[in-house]
Amino acid sequence: MTDQAYNFAYLDEDTKRMIRRAILKGVAIPGYQVPFASREMPMPYGWGTGGVQVTAACLTPDDVLKVIDQGADDTTNAVSIRKFFVATAGIAVTEATDKATIIQTRHRIPEAALTAGQIMVYQVPIPEPLRFLEPREVETRKMHELEEYGLMHVKLYEDIAKHGQIATSYAYPVRVEGRYVMDPSPIPKFDNPKLSGNAALQLFGAGREQRIYAIPPFTHVVSLDFDDHPFSPSKANHSCDLCASDTSYLDEVITDDQGGRMFVCSDTDYCATRRAAGHIGALGGQTITEKAAE
Amino acid sequence: MTDLSHAFAAAADTPLLQVKNLTKRYGARMGCADISFDVYQGEVLGIVGESGSGKSTLLSCLAGHMRPDQGEVFFQTAQGARDTVQMGEAERRRLARTDWAYVHQNPRDGLRMGVSAGGNVGERLMAIGARHYGDIRASAIDWLGRVEIDAGRIDERPSAFSGGMQQRLQIARNLVTAPRLVFMDEPTGGLDVSVQARLLDLLRGLVREMGLSAIIVTHDLAVVRLLADRLMVMKDGHVVERGLTDQVLDDPQHEYTQLLVSSVLQV
Repeated sequence: MTDQAYNFAYLDEDTKRMIRRAILKGVAIPGYQVPFASREMPMPYGWGTGGVQVTAACLTPDDVLKVIDQGADDTTNAVSIRKFFVATAGIAVTEATDKATIIQTRHRIPEAALTAGQIMVYQVPIPEPLRFLEPREVETRKMHELEEYGLMHVKLYEDIAKHGQIATSYAYPVRVEGRYVMDPSPIPKFDNPKLSGNAALQLFGAGREQRIYAIPPFTHVVSLDFDDHPFSPSKANHSCDLCASDTSYLDEVITDDQGGRMFVCSDTDYCATRRAAGHIGALGGQTITEKAAE
Repeated sequence: MTDLSHAFAAAADTPLLQVKNLTKRYGARMGCADISFDVYQGEVLGIVGESGSGKSTLLSCLAGHMRPDQGEVFFQTAQGARDTVQMGEAERRRLARTDWAYVHQNPRDGLRMGVSAGGNVGERLMAIGARHYGDIRASAIDWLGRVEIDAGRIDERPSAFSGGMQQRLQIARNLVTAPRLVFMDEPTGGLDVSVQARLLDLLRGLVREMGLSAIIVTHDLAVVRLLADRLMVMKDGHVVERGLTDQVLDDPQHEYTQLLVSSVLQV
């Protein structure tokens, strides 16, 4: 064994070059799904193999990496991927959104506004927004080619017919720069408005499906809707019980088997930053165990 | 062989669809050979023949599902007659979801089985840019009524429908954008006779009411007797006889047509 068991950021340089070419093509054609030769990664599909490959191709030794899973920095997926890159690339990591240069994410966009120069990397399970309506890949590619997107509205129509409103609450389809319809990965539709006009470069990697796509900075992204059922980003009608934020996306946490529950920011860094600045929510002064003891 | 297209040409000014020397080969085998005919606005053309006679091949070539080896298919668009064989795929597919309709023999091929009846009818509207849910639903309800499907079943999936209902739903889905030309491939195939009769009655009403032009491919002579104004009889990829429906069926000239007509079981 050599002194270094892995190349920088695990993947060999030729693979990274191949992925960077796919990324560049994706940036040149916003919203277009670029096929790439996805590699086997030392983690199962569904754990972010696409995002990890995109991150590996983007990383430089000076980068500061943040990894979030459902908004949190301390869940299994986030911790594992962060440790993976610390081990294979030796880069600095952070939990602070504003300190990170690359943010790999699953299911959320941070609450704090992203800035120019930052790269968001999304883990995507199924990149094709038309998949569940049209199973044939040949046909969906043709539909993208010819801009035949009526079918996407059939999905929204079905939602309203069934539930009285557009019940799609995550992976909500968007149209990028008036051209490609894109699956924004399973982020809540609350985050959809942040896709548009964002200062950061947004990259999407689907490992199993072997697709990479991108939203360059300051790209116009519109969530699809009907004239009489306009798109509305939704969140729990509550404020964070820890940091009292009224505007952040909330997780509902069951605290006991007596119906006890609390709402907390899904973005742990945002919540911790607010608490450090002195914002205290309804349950913010006590821990869950203290509450249970009452 | 009588060709009455000239007589019709005098009546209407230009044909809606003009087919010239259409040929499709499958390798050495002949799909359909050197076929020419015109279809005028409001006219229903029946194409009959046995299995393997090339009638479905012909229909696929006309509807753009297959590319013919030779020949021209001129369709009268808003911008004048256009050769649909030569036009780009994007334009042909636009025609296919606006001015054309295609009714498959098996409704499962023409419907989205995982989407509700209302969604199925609304799809073509949404494909051409309808973005108002209330309007889309209103036309879906209207069209379900026109094809005699209870409006209360609008949110059910086609898989919950009987075969006859599925076929009527497919027709509603196709006609909702008021196409000018409808291709039908064995529209009554696989349905029992009483359901067939109802479907034919419905189709005849819709064709007359909307002034549709239609090309119906079938092996069932009763279907063309009821629906078609003119008839083409095909055998081994060639048109062996053509003329007014009643004329061809009551006084068949070609030996194959005579065989076909005499093969119909009398009850």
